[in-house]
Amino acid sequence: MGKIRVVHYLNQFFGQIGGEDKAGVGPQVKEGPVGPGTALQQALGEEGEVVATVICGDNYVADNLDRAKREILELIRRQKPDALVAGPAFNAGRYGTACGAIGQAVAEELGIPVVSGMYEENPGVDLYRKDIYIVSTLDSARGMRQAIPAMAALVLKLARGEEIGSPAAEGYLPRGIRRNRFAQEIGAERAVKMLVAKLKGESFTTELPMPDFDRVLPNPPVADLRKATIALVTSGGIVPKGNPDRIESSSASKYGKYSLEGFTDLTPETHQTAHGGYDPVYANQDPDRVLPLDVMRDLVAEGVIGGLHPYYYATVGNGTSVANAASFGAAIAADLKEAGVTAVILTST
Amino acid sequence: MCTVVPISLTVGANRIVPAVAIPHPLGNPELPPAEEKALRRRLVEKALKALQTEVEGQTVFED
Repeated sequence: MGKIRVVHYLNQFFGQIGGEDKAGVGPQVKEGPVGPGTALQQALGEEGEVVATVICGDNYVADNLDRAKREILELIRRQKPDALVAGPAFNAGRYGTACGAIGQAVAEELGIPVVSGMYEENPGVDLYRKDIYIVSTLDSARGMRQAIPAMAALVLKLARGEEIGSPAAEGYLPRGIRRNRFAQEIGAERAVKMLVAKLKGESFTTELPMPDFDRVLPNPPVADLRKATIALVTSGGIVPKGNPDRIESSSASKYGKYSLEGFTDLTPETHQTAHGGYDPVYANQDPDRVLPLDVMRDLVAEGVIGGLHPYYYATVGNGTSVANAASFGAAIAADLKEAGVTAVILTST
Repeated sequence: MCTVVPISLTVGANRIVPAVAIPHPLGNPELPPAEEKALRRRLVEKALKALQTEVEGQTVFED
């Protein structure tokens, strides 16, 4: 095959148009490499050619995302490229997001490989890591010298249709893809080896990195329970009978908000669990075992607590992604705050 | 209120009350109904006590 035709996407700064004052300029094409494109061309060597550079201001993309994507996609399409290289954007948020958005559109519409480069905390990484390959870079342009050869090597491999190795081997940020492979040792042996290495203080590589959980400062205690409105929230899947919102039994994509008006006790006739991760028999027999409505009603009647929030919130905590769970939590918390709820009892199974 | 306390600790809950069992965190089907409800009440009261307690960081409210 002939030389691989590569289009390079740059922002106004790296595209040598200007600084922040030029961030509003619209898309334009220059023939051949520009700025870091020269190093990219060198790294591609005889195998690839930077046929054109598409440049656009970061603010232009950020302010008119859909329009900018369409216009830039069209400019790239006309070059009949075999691959797109975008950036590297290092830790520049608008630039990284632009590289990701344009990369995603190109990958989807033109079906060609796309490689970008970003610092791991660039907001463009979480938004687009699933859509395109993003090479891990330092947080500023001083990482250019390492970034460009890594991006060139990866884009050549992709354009040649070669198999792409693990993120660690190829230098790109993990895309959340799991692939089966044969291992020489069974899982138990590998796990024990890791444990032994950990105990010895040696380095080891986990096969299943845990997500990062954030930490929040504890809220001050409830001052006067008799004046407090308490809400019930559960990840145990208690839903009105029939699961009207069709909350998934695992990997939930939503939560439900359900009225408690008229209910003093949850029964098999009115409620059930939608959770697919535990034996549902006991929760279906008496849903109060997961969402303690009967006891809460008693406590309100006795004046121990001021009131019960008239709605409860439920989702299924079973293989549910941390990102989904965090967004449910934020939405539920905003709703509870607006309703003037004092505190929440969250039950999980 | 949860059965698997290490999960609540991992995800960052600040006031944690251990519960009974995964399929029935706030109940015990082996108990007669009145006793089961009394058990549930004790657990909810413990949660209410936790809500009224000043904590510095993650705290598990054992007995």
